[in-house]
Amino acid sequence: MKILVAVKRVADYNVKVRAKSDQSGPDLTNVKMAINPFCEIAVEEAVRLKEKGVATEVIAVSIGPKVAQEQIRTALALGADRGILIETDVAMEPLAIAKCLKQICDKESPDMVLLGKQAIDGDNNQTGQMLGALTGYAQATFASEITFDGASASVIREVDGGLQTLELKLPAIVTTDLRLNEPRYASLPNIMKAKKKPIDVLTTEELGVDVTPRTKLLKAEPPAERKAGIKVEDVAQLVDKLKNEAKVIV
Amino acid sequence: MPNDLPNETPNEEENLILDSIHRWLEKDVVPYAHDLEQADEYPYAMVEQMKELGLFGATIAPEYGGLGLSASTYAKIVSAVAEVWMSLSGIFNSHLIMARCVQSSGTEAQKQEWLPKFASGELRGGIGLTEPDAGTDLQGIRCAAVKDGDYYVINGAKSWITNSLEGHVIGLLVKTDPKAVPPRKGMSMFIAKKGEGFNVTRKLKKLGYRGIDTAEISFEDYRIHKDCLIGGEEGRGFYNAVGGLELGRINVAARGVGVARAALKHATAYSQQRKTFGKPICEHQAIQLKLGEMATRTEAARLLVEQAARAFDRGERCDMEAGMAKYFATEAAAKNADESMRIHGAYGYSCEYDVERLYRDAPLMIIGEGTNEMQRIIIARQLIERNPI
Repeated sequence: MKILVAVKRVADYNVKVRAKSDQSGPDLTNVKMAINPFCEIAVEEAVRLKEKGVATEVIAVSIGPKVAQEQIRTALALGADRGILIETDVAMEPLAIAKCLKQICDKESPDMVLLGKQAIDGDNNQTGQMLGALTGYAQATFASEITFDGASASVIREVDGGLQTLELKLPAIVTTDLRLNEPRYASLPNIMKAKKKPIDVLTTEELGVDVTPRTKLLKAEPPAERKAGIKVEDVAQLVDKLKNEAKVIV
Repeated sequence: MPNDLPNETPNEEENLILDSIHRWLEKDVVPYAHDLEQADEYPYAMVEQMKELGLFGATIAPEYGGLGLSASTYAKIVSAVAEVWMSLSGIFNSHLIMARCVQSSGTEAQKQEWLPKFASGELRGGIGLTEPDAGTDLQGIRCAAVKDGDYYVINGAKSWITNSLEGHVIGLLVKTDPKAVPPRKGMSMFIAKKGEGFNVTRKLKKLGYRGIDTAEISFEDYRIHKDCLIGGEEGRGFYNAVGGLELGRINVAARGVGVARAALKHATAYSQQRKTFGKPICEHQAIQLKLGEMATRTEAARLLVEQAARAFDRGERCDMEAGMAKYFATEAAAKNADESMRIHGAYGYSCEYDVERLYRDAPLMIIGEGTNEMQRIIIARQLIERNPI
């Protein structure tokens, strides 16, 4: 079984991101970049499936600037077999990303595509679903457990009311939620080995995908600073304030 | 914080390695280090994780199962680990000094036999040089080996030996010819595995550097096969030991950078939280002067370590550079720990905060691996030698 895993380069989750002073977007100069945490969970799941003997090949694909190769290399150090970088300097929107991934799916014919449910930069939560629509593959989003039975997969999804179990025919698209697994850190020997694993570089032109942005970022600004709270005397005063000042209860 | 010298090319592999180390530290070390340290307990779980990470083979050559990392990358790993808990770095630091003695001076058979096991962490250890009456002055050791057929019989005592209780092997420096003049010509080094007559007598209680086992060893008619004599030839032990010292000093200097950085990090955060006279203390000039000095000291220390490590990687003689790095970075650690405690006020003196640990850990590095007094003498001698009139 062949698994395609998408990895996105984003600002590390530990970084306190600031808006640029001209409000044209987040300031990413000299900011530590990393694999999107949900994508990392997807890589971990794919590698575990390979270790269990379910998967035979894990391909990590990323779309972004040349330096996104670092995130592919991290995926390779975690256990992916080879990488594909679709190099572009355009700020990619979910639809363009999904279209690129569709092209890769056509080329590689994976049995499963694993993606993070969303990336922590745009928080769009769209790419997996769009890829599902474009490829016609079965899809299960927000997975917290994946099991296989021959040509089908069973996925437990985290939904608002609890858990939902879906049975999918392969090939399928699965997007990962936080509780699917706890990703490992790459061992130093595996990092050294990852150096020798191949990364193919493609362009969006070669794939014939129109990546022109459809939306325009008007401005990016930090959230309003939180004001200091007050202490209330008793429950009656609290209720009164919620009713008459905050107007959140009637 | 910037991690590159101006002319340094970005190193993808090094970044990946440091990333992995940081993640391990953050997830599996930070939450437990404080309690283990306070209880002086050996971090067994972390040692297993270090094995998996491959740290025990960091500087061992790839043909013997190691990673063959440069001193420069290795120093950055050491700084990162020491920034979180200095004791942890000792578990692989002195192990790798032992491995280096075998790699640089051992016979091919010795390298084949020992290095892969050292690299995997299956056999761990340290280096046995210091004795109750001899440390920086190594030629004064008294531990002696007497030949008996295919074996040597060793008697004597070693002190302050890191990893001797929990480890399996030490690189043991002895005198095979106690009458040799100069004494260094009568010294030899063995790869000594624990066995009959190799007695770890006492785990030492220390001001800091807790959690890691530093112990005394006594040798009573300990028999060791001649195949364990590093290099297969007597009289080379002193050079083996000293050959590992440049890397050892870079290593300790890198720890200094880590501790200095930790002290600065805590002070930077705390000074923004703590308010006096209506504003965060980082807005008071008295604190700003301290922070300014601490930050500069930390960066200067880091650059000196980087410079020494790069000279080492180029294969150049670097005892002066390593000495400067060791001297400056470890003094920076002690000074920063002191200043960080002052910035923290009473909280810095409390065992609930990490600053008091930094304050206790830093002095080890001023004394160990050649005292800082000795480093200045080495620097001065090299200075004169390189600048004759």
